[in-house]
Amino acid sequence: MKLDTTGLESLPTLIAPQNDVVGDLSAAPSFDLPNSNDFDGFVKEAIQMVKPAKGTTTLAFIFKEGVMVAADSRASMGGYISSQSVKKIIEINPYMLGTMAGGAADCQFWHRNLGIKCRLHELANKRRISVTGASKLLANILYSYRGMGLSVGTMIAGWDETGPGLYYVDSEGGRLKGTRFSVGSGSPYAYGVLDNGYRYDLSVEEAAELARRAIYHATFRDGASGGVASVYYVGPNGWKKLSGDDVGELHYHYYPVTPSTVEQEMVEATGA
Amino acid sequence: MECVFGLVGNGFAIVVADTSAVHSILVHKSNEDKIMLLDSHKLIAASGEPGDRVQFTEYIQKNVALYHFRNGIPLTTAAAANFTRGELATALRKNPYTVNILLAGYDKETGPSLYYIDYVATLHKLEKGAFGYGSYFSLSMMDRHYHSGMSVEEAIDLVDKCIMEIRSRLVVAPPNFVIKIVDKDGAREYAWRESVKDTPVPSA
Repeated sequence: MKLDTTGLESLPTLIAPQNDVVGDLSAAPSFDLPNSNDFDGFVKEAIQMVKPAKGTTTLAFIFKEGVMVAADSRASMGGYISSQSVKKIIEINPYMLGTMAGGAADCQFWHRNLGIKCRLHELANKRRISVTGASKLLANILYSYRGMGLSVGTMIAGWDETGPGLYYVDSEGGRLKGTRFSVGSGSPYAYGVLDNGYRYDLSVEEAAELARRAIYHATFRDGASGGVASVYYVGPNGWKKLSGDDVGELHYHYYPVTPSTVEQEMVEATGA
Repeated sequence: MECVFGLVGNGFAIVVADTSAVHSILVHKSNEDKIMLLDSHKLIAASGEPGDRVQFTEYIQKNVALYHFRNGIPLTTAAAANFTRGELATALRKNPYTVNILLAGYDKETGPSLYYIDYVATLHKLEKGAFGYGSYFSLSMMDRHYHSGMSVEEAIDLVDKCIMEIRSRLVVAPPNFVIKIVDKDGAREYAWRESVKDTPVPSA
């Protein structure tokens, strides 16, 4: 698509500035257009470049004691790491958490919006909303905006009257009930560790360690994931943050540096 | 990738669907039930984009229930199929639902029937039909082995043949399938064919 800019070009000259002081103020506003033949494509690409939190690893799973939720904390804009301290686990209410993958703003905004809707449900019905209900509320909103550029990949995890609940919801309108999910660019790595170490009868400590390890291994292989691995647990009494460990430190914790034998030493040359 | 197929037998209709929820290279879930009970004597198996699939089939299910509630008479399978087709056709020129549907039902007067409805709102009454990558295998399989008036045993045998063929010849074959049946006693789940089991979780 080629943009016709002839209308814009003639504008500044129509109102010629009389003097320097008023000149800048009275001039018609104008701006430079990108030097591109494919304007729509340029805009799309530019938006993708500045949309943070694209590369992510998040996971959640149901086990005997409740739900374990974990995520990394890196936000990237293309190849640039824009933050190493993002809260990707969003606290919707004391019994429900959401995870953030895809567009940071989209996730934050719609989770906050969901939090409001859940609170209103609580006030109207004198009981907390179920995880099923909350996830469907979000899925229906995202479905109504489908194809309009929202980018959200989230898990809604929580504890309600029926026990632990976990749903995967995305901006294509998909909503899946399940016991084990991982979302984001690092998710295949996380799934590898998670599927291998998962048992239903894990203790809280074991589950937290499995979640942390899965995030660590994902950050190790996925360049777009990193920062700290935060782990949350949702039980019958609501959620609790269990840990937040720098994955760099986790690396040296899991794989301590062992002094290796010196194969060759540099020796001062003797004589000439 | 998605495999949905079904056939009509002697006094019953069977629909089969894979149960994988796939996102690019990731299988998010391998026990996602894609066959919904429309009402007591109707089954709707759908394939397509996950959002559209769920939203559209739930919409149809609720409207069929509303019709029954308002008129005290349930829709016949033919009526439900034509209604579904109509809704798809209306949506087609606005914001199309990308769903392909096999609708099976049993009516007292007409017996079992199977309807094929695709996302461009084509409606066909068939005795056997299929959607998705699995259709390339299951269609020929059913063309070869299907005959009218099959017994449940024969039909299940054919369904298993189709599943085996899909599993052995399709690169992106889904591991698990669900089989549902509808006859004079109503619509119900018949069996699962699972080669990968999700870790069993005692339901809350």
